[in-house]
This record gives sequence, C-alpha cells and structure tokens, in this order.
Amino acid sequence: MTTKKTDAIVIGAGWAGSILAKELTEAGLSVTILERGEDRATAVEGDYPTSIDELRGAIRHRLFQNLSQSTVTIRNTIDQTAVPYRRLAAFLPGEGVGGAGLHWSGVHFRVAPDDLALRTNVVARYGKSFIPEGMNLQDYDVTYEELEPFFDKAEKVFGTSGEPYTIKGKVAGTGNPFAPDRSDAFPLPAMRDVYSASLFKKAAANVGYHPYSLPAANASAQYTNPYGVQMGPCNFCGYCSGYDCYMYSKASPNVNILPALRQDPKFTLITKAHVLKVDLDSDGKKATGVTYLDLRTNQQVQLQADLVIISAFQFHNVHLMLLSGIGEPYDPVKNTGTIGRNFVYQTITTSRAWLPSKQYTNLFVGAGGAGVAIDDFNSMNFDHGPLGFVGGSPVWVNQAGVKPIAAAIGGPGGKAPTWGEGYKDAMVETYRHSLTIDAHGSNMAYRDIYLDLDPTYKNAYGQPLLRMTFTWKDNDIRMNQYVVSKIEPIMKEMGATRYALGQLHANDVFDTRRYQTTHLGGGAVMGADPKTSAINRYLQSWDVSNVFVIGASAFPQGMGYNPTGMVAALAYWAAYHIRTTYLKNPGPMVQA
Amino acid sequence: MKMPSSTRRRFIGGLLGSASFWLYSDHKVWADALVAGNASPYAPRFFNQEEWRFLNAACERIYPTDAHGPGARGLGAPEFIDRQMDTAYGRGELWYMSGPFVTAPANLGYQLSLPPRDVYRQGIAAADAYTRAHHDGLSFADLEATEQTAVLKEFEHSDMALGAVPAHLLFEQLRQNTLEGVFSDPLYGGNKGLAGWTLLGFPGARADFMDWVNQEGAAYPFGPVSISGETA
Ligand SMILES: Cc1cc2nc3c(=O)[nH]c(=O)nc-3n(C[C@H](O)[C@H](O)[C@H](O)COP(=O)(O)OP(=O)(O)OC[C@H]3O[C@@H](n4cnc5c(N)ncnc54)[C@H](O)[C@@H]3O)c2cc1C
Ligand code: SF4
Repeated sequence: MTTKKTDAIVIGAGWAGSILAKELTEAGLSVTILERGEDRATAVEGDYPTSIDELRGAIRHRLFQNLSQSTVTIRNTIDQTAVPYRRLAAFLPGEGVGGAGLHWSGVHFRVAPDDLALRTNVVARYGKSFIPEGMNLQDYDVTYEELEPFFDKAEKVFGTSGEPYTIKGKVAGTGNPFAPDRSDAFPLPAMRDVYSASLFKKAAANVGYHPYSLPAANASAQYTNPYGVQMGPCNFCGYCSGYDCYMYSKASPNVNILPALRQDPKFTLITKAHVLKVDLDSDGKKATGVTYLDLRTNQQVQLQADLVIISAFQFHNVHLMLLSGIGEPYDPVKNTGTIGRNFVYQTITTSRAWLPSKQYTNLFVGAGGAGVAIDDFNSMNFDHGPLGFVGGSPVWVNQAGVKPIAAAIGGPGGKAPTWGEGYKDAMVETYRHSLTIDAHGSNMAYRDIYLDLDPTYKNAYGQPLLRMTFTWKDNDIRMNQYVVSKIEPIMKEMGATRYALGQLHANDVFDTRRYQTTHLGGGAVMGADPKTSAINRYLQSWDVSNVFVIGASAFPQGMGYNPTGMVAALAYWAAYHIRTTYLKNPGPMVQA
Repeated sequence: MKMPSSTRRRFIGGLLGSASFWLYSDHKVWADALVAGNASPYAPRFFNQEEWRFLNAACERIYPTDAHGPGARGLGAPEFIDRQMDTAYGRGELWYMSGPFVTAPANLGYQLSLPPRDVYRQGIAAADAYTRAHHDGLSFADLEATEQTAVLKEFEHSDMALGAVPAHLLFEQLRQNTLEGVFSDPLYGGNKGLAGWTLLGFPGARADFMDWVNQEGAAYPFGPVSISGETA
C-alpha cells in the first residue's frame, strides 16, 4: 500500500466534484479528484460523426456505468429478498470524467422555494394531519434567498439559456410566473421552441395554464463562461441525452469547468481510481483520507487529506458513507440512524398525442434541455386541500431528439402492435406525426423506503453492494394521476386526432426494466436535526466534520424539477461556506 | 468493416430515397438489387446453420417485408445480430453477472446467468425442438409464415422454458435485437441501404437542424446519411 498526501480529496469528477475542486483550488488548497472511470474529453467522446451512433451511445450505454464491476440490489418491500440490478434500464448512472454530467440532457432548473421547506409549508397550510402516516416530510434548512447567488453562479458557469419572469422583483420577461425572483437574467436567451413545443405553448395558454420555455444548459448562442471556457451554439441535433455534445453546446464538467481546472498546478486528477472507503481516525470523528484501488495496477493506495468531499453521485455517496462508517446507518424498524434514510426518486409518466397526417413533428429535432413546460401543478402552486396528497409535477414537451432504435423498441404506443403485421404502419404514424407530454413529478420520502448494504451480493472489489428498498406509494400515484388528468385538455386543444395518457396506477410497483429518470435523491439528507438528517445545512457530515457530502443525496424529498441545477447550487453554497468559514476554523459549522 | 460495392450501393440508395418507390414499385426490383449489391451472402460466425435459419425466419416475422419495403432479412438484421454476439454486449460483459442467481418478480429485471449468446444458443435449439414436437416434425424455419407468427405470439406471452430461457425472454431478445439491426447505423451490418431510417424519415447522422427547429409542421426534406457518408 502506497501513502500520499494532499489538502483536499474530491471523490468523483462529475458536476458536484468538479465544482468543489474548482472552488477549493481557488481557495489555495491542493486538490486531488479521484475518479473511478476513464478520462473523457469532448474532442474524443463527442467526435463527429462517430459519436452520432445510437447503438453504441444510448443503446449499448457507451458512457454509462459498467455494471459488471458494481451495481445495486433492488427490492420493492422490506420483506423481499433484493436482487441485483443486472442490466441498465430504470436509471443510468455515469462513470468516467464528467460523470452523468457528460451524458445528461441539460434541463436546468432552480428550485421551487416552497419545496425547500415542504414540511413547514404543508403543516402551515393544511395542518399536521394532512401528512400521511409513514411519510418523512422534511425541510432542507436552507432558504431560496440564501441559495439565490449560487443558482445565479451555476447558470453563468453552465451557460444556461432561459427566459426570466422577474428580476429583482420586477417583471422582466415572459418566463415561468411561478419561478422565484432572480438577481440577474439568464446568461443566454431561451432556446427556440421546436414545433411540438410551440403547439403545446399555444394550447396550454388557451386552456388557461402558464407555459414557459424550459431553462436549458444548452447554449442558444456562442458563450464564454466566467472560467473563460467557450461554448458553441446548439444546432438541435438531438444527441444530448446519453452522448457527449459534439458542438460544445451542452454544459458538462468536461467543457465548462475542467479545462480551467486542469491548468491549475494545485489540481490533480487521478482516473481509474475507485475509492473503497473514507478512512477515519481511531475515534471515528475525523477523516484522515481515503483508500482507493488503482484499477490500472490493482494496487490499493492510501491518500491522506485534511478535507474529504464525497461527490460520487447520489447513491454512491450513501454507499461510501455506509462502507466507511460515517454516521449511523438508518434502521427502518427502530426508526434510528440517518444514512440511507429518506431515499427518494421521481415519478415520471409519458402521454402521447397524434396529430393529423399533414403535420410532421420531426421527433429527431430537439435539444435535451429545451421544450415548453407548465408549473401550474408543481410544488405548492395549486390547492392540495381537497386533493389530499403532497407534491406535484411540472408538465412538459421536452423533445430531446427521439432516435429510431429507442422509438422502435418502445413501439408505436396506444394499442398498436409492437412487431409483425401492422407494426410498420403504426411506427411511421407515431414517428412522423406524434409528440409526447411528460408529467415529471415529485416523490415523497417514506419510513420503509431506504438504502442500506446488501447482505449477499458484492462488487468486483469484494464490498457489499448498496441495497435499494423502493416502490411507489399511494400519495405519489394519486398526485401523478391528478396531474396527468390536466394534460388531456391540452391535447384536445392541440388538435390531437387521438391520444394515450400514461400514468401510474393504484398498487403499481417500481419496475426496474423501464427507463424512468436518473433523478435519484436522498439517503444522506441535509437538515436541522441530526436525528433525521445526515448532513447539516452546509452539507457537512454531522458525525465527521471534515467530510462534506455533495449531491442529490442531500434532498429530503424528490422534487418535481430535474435535480442538477439544485445540486450545482448546493455545491457552490457548500464551497462558499467551506472557503469563508470552515477553512478558517475547521470543525462542525453547526452545533448538533 | 465490410462494405458492398459502392456503385451498386449508390444505385440502390437512389432507389430507396423516394418513399413512393417502396409503396408502388414491384418488390422484385429492390429484392434483386439488394441481393446483387451483396454478391456473396453473409456467412454467420456465431450461429450454426440451424440457428441461422431460425434467426432469419424469426427476424423476418418480427419485421416483415411488406408494401413499405424490405423486412429484417433484406435489411441485414440477422447479420447484425450475428456480429453483435462477438461483442462485449453479446458476451454479457456489460451486465452484472455474479451470483447467486435467483428467481424474482419480473419487475425486478433480468436474473438469468445467461449472456445474449447463450440465450440464443439454448433458446433457439429448444424453440426448434418445440415446433418439431408440435408441428409435424418441422423446424421453425420450415413452418408457413402465419404459423411462425403464431408460434412467436405464443412465445411472447409464455413462461414456458426453452432450455433455461423463458419463452417470453427469448422472444424479447429477438424483438429488440431485430429492431436494433433494422434501425442502427449500417456500420453494424443491418439497416442496409438505410431503408430502416428511410421508412421512419430519420435523417441518420445529419445531426444539424438549425433551420428545422420549427417549420410549422412541414416534413423534414432530406434523406438519411450514415456515419460512413452513405446516403439514401
Ligand atoms: C440520461 C440522463 C439525462 C439527464 N438529464 C438531466 C437533465 O436534463 N436535467 C438535470 O437536472 N439532470 C439530468 N440528469 C441527472 C444529472 O446527470 C445528475 O443529476 C448529475 O450528473 C449529478 O452530478 P453528480 O456530480 O452528483 O454525479 P455524477 O455527475 O454522476 O458524477 C459522479 C462521479 O463519481 C464517480 N464515482 C462514483 N463512485 C466512485 C468511487 N467509489 N470512486 C471514484 N469515483 C467514483 C462516477 O464515476 C462519476 O463520474 C440526467 C442523467 C442522465 C443519466
Ligand atoms: S442538441 Fe444541442 S446541446 Fe444537445 S448535443 Fe446537439 S448540439 Fe449539443
């Protein structure tokens, strides 16, 4: 075993890790990122035309985590035996420099302020008894006003395109009227609406909703970010989700942060370095560094540091905490411990509308973050009182570029055949003349939905796999059904010749075979109370104060919005407080 | 990478370009053209002759030749699948393949110890044995097209074991791989003449729609291009 030393270790070279590494080197620290995957550069992974290859990209999962080395196990309920997630399907974690930030789509939201204090708001409006039995509804212990400068900073780094609603309290544009106030405009104007999205915009407005163009980390024009790196204008090629953007138009750690970071002599990037655990001192109160496996030599290496940032993606963060003994593992029976508690996901269902045969939706045209949405049924923007559920969903047309293999395997939809006679006719109609509308919603936390270590299955390095116990609950199913019912009038108004509504059904169980989203959350949540949260409001471990845990693992609930805007803002927020407070006087920043 | 004669290819490509060609012209024209373009038929490297006959017949039923144009055979889907068997995917190297392997509810996903190669090897032999037992000693490939479809429909909804493979899993493996072969870049051996993409109106590797963000519902006017620059 070799031993080395650095000021700060950052685990994972995704969005969260790249942001922390940039901030900490700016603060003068020597920083080492340990990334288990390969190095990745857009000049290689995004090379045109070889990157424009659906089979190699989204179908054979070229840029995603290779499950043969490590995966998770999944069961729906506590009384089941969990089995391995053997093939990628329901969610698609990243691997390699850039993480999932290399192959994400780019929908770039802030947060609905009400979601940050959801428990307080629900209790204030509807009373405590409104919260269903077994639901662990919690607040983040941070406000939108506190986070605003960091949302602003992240958008400027990502080169985000969008239309504002208010800036400094004054109406400044035709953006989302439910969006919180901004200190500044988006760095780039909104992406143009593709045809399908423009139809949705008109129809949604006609039926009385408030449509807006999605904020997208796809560059609507040439852009240079505060780190001096450049983005080119997006051409709606449709190869965001699952690919590296060959136009340098989609924000990624690789394009937007790492080119600046790589030039800093205080920065070191070690790839093919799989962190096995964070090492703790004898009383378990301080991290001394990490042990990683050098996948090139198969040697274990100990790297010492004063500060350890766990930023390995939501469930890897929780896994590393459990493997390292940081904090107390959650026990759903005794209702004790916090690591693994409040594991959440998102609800998503897709509905399809077919248009008359003269109208072509050209489904292959699109950008991952672009589209048109309504927030009328998201967060607490509507009256839940008579409905009896917590949560909500934005609804949108997010035509991200539909490619033929995925479309063909998914089938024509409705009651049409998925192969054989009649299949081609139906596929042609669907591919040329249909569009989809998603309800992309929240998912609440429950006492018996959680993460822990699997008793049976191991990764390639002999460590227990993480076990997910997860299924859908009545509250979230009814929320989804309610929001989907609001899609129907929009489809009629669009002039759909027919439509098929996609929704969750009572007693539906989580199905791991179908892609939903990679927006997993919680498991190491932030909060004010160390009994119900793993990290404090600065994303610092309550138990090991020189460990910070950055990612969607901090979310107490799964929100209706896509997570990365919030992850990036929390990363900049934590970094700011590390720089301004922690480094001056290392130790717990909030007294437990 | 094997490329058919380029002039022949362009000729076929030109024909394929017009949508009406598929709808109104005599099928024999393109069938002959495709055969001529592929002077020597593909010799499978993974599948044996019996398996190859099964695969060709099954792919064609899943994506049949009809008024819209060629089926999976004409498009090279069997060749595509054969070539895929010798990749990390075919060998199951992209999947978590450590035991114990247990049976679990279907919604928890694939739990067999078999990579795609073995799904086919075991499944096809058992499927042929099944048709021989129930259809007068005939292998699947020797059944009438309508009977083949009926057998596949049966498999699609059945838990019957074909070797160690539940029939519905063999069917879904076939369906997915066939459609991958029909709609992937011709680089991998399928989608010959880009005819899969032409059917749907997918423009392939063009990947630049700056002027087509919103044309108020007009059809995108350009035919597909492959990664190697082949057009249709
Ligand atoms: C197809 C797809 C589309 C998406 N679209 C959107 C979208 O439109 N909008 C949105 O907001 N979000 C989207 N997301 C989610 C988004 O990608 C994630 O929220 C974001 O990347 C999370 O950043 P992160 O830094 O937490 O994790 P990641 O970006 O995943 O980075 C984590 C890194 O840590 C590394 N790592 C893990 N374990 C170890 C270890 N033990 N040792 C060393 N390294 C390790 C991983 O290899 C990885 O590189 C999408 C995701 C996918 C897959
Ligand atoms: S759609 Fe735009 S942002 Fe996405 S990959 Fe293509 S050029 Fe890049």
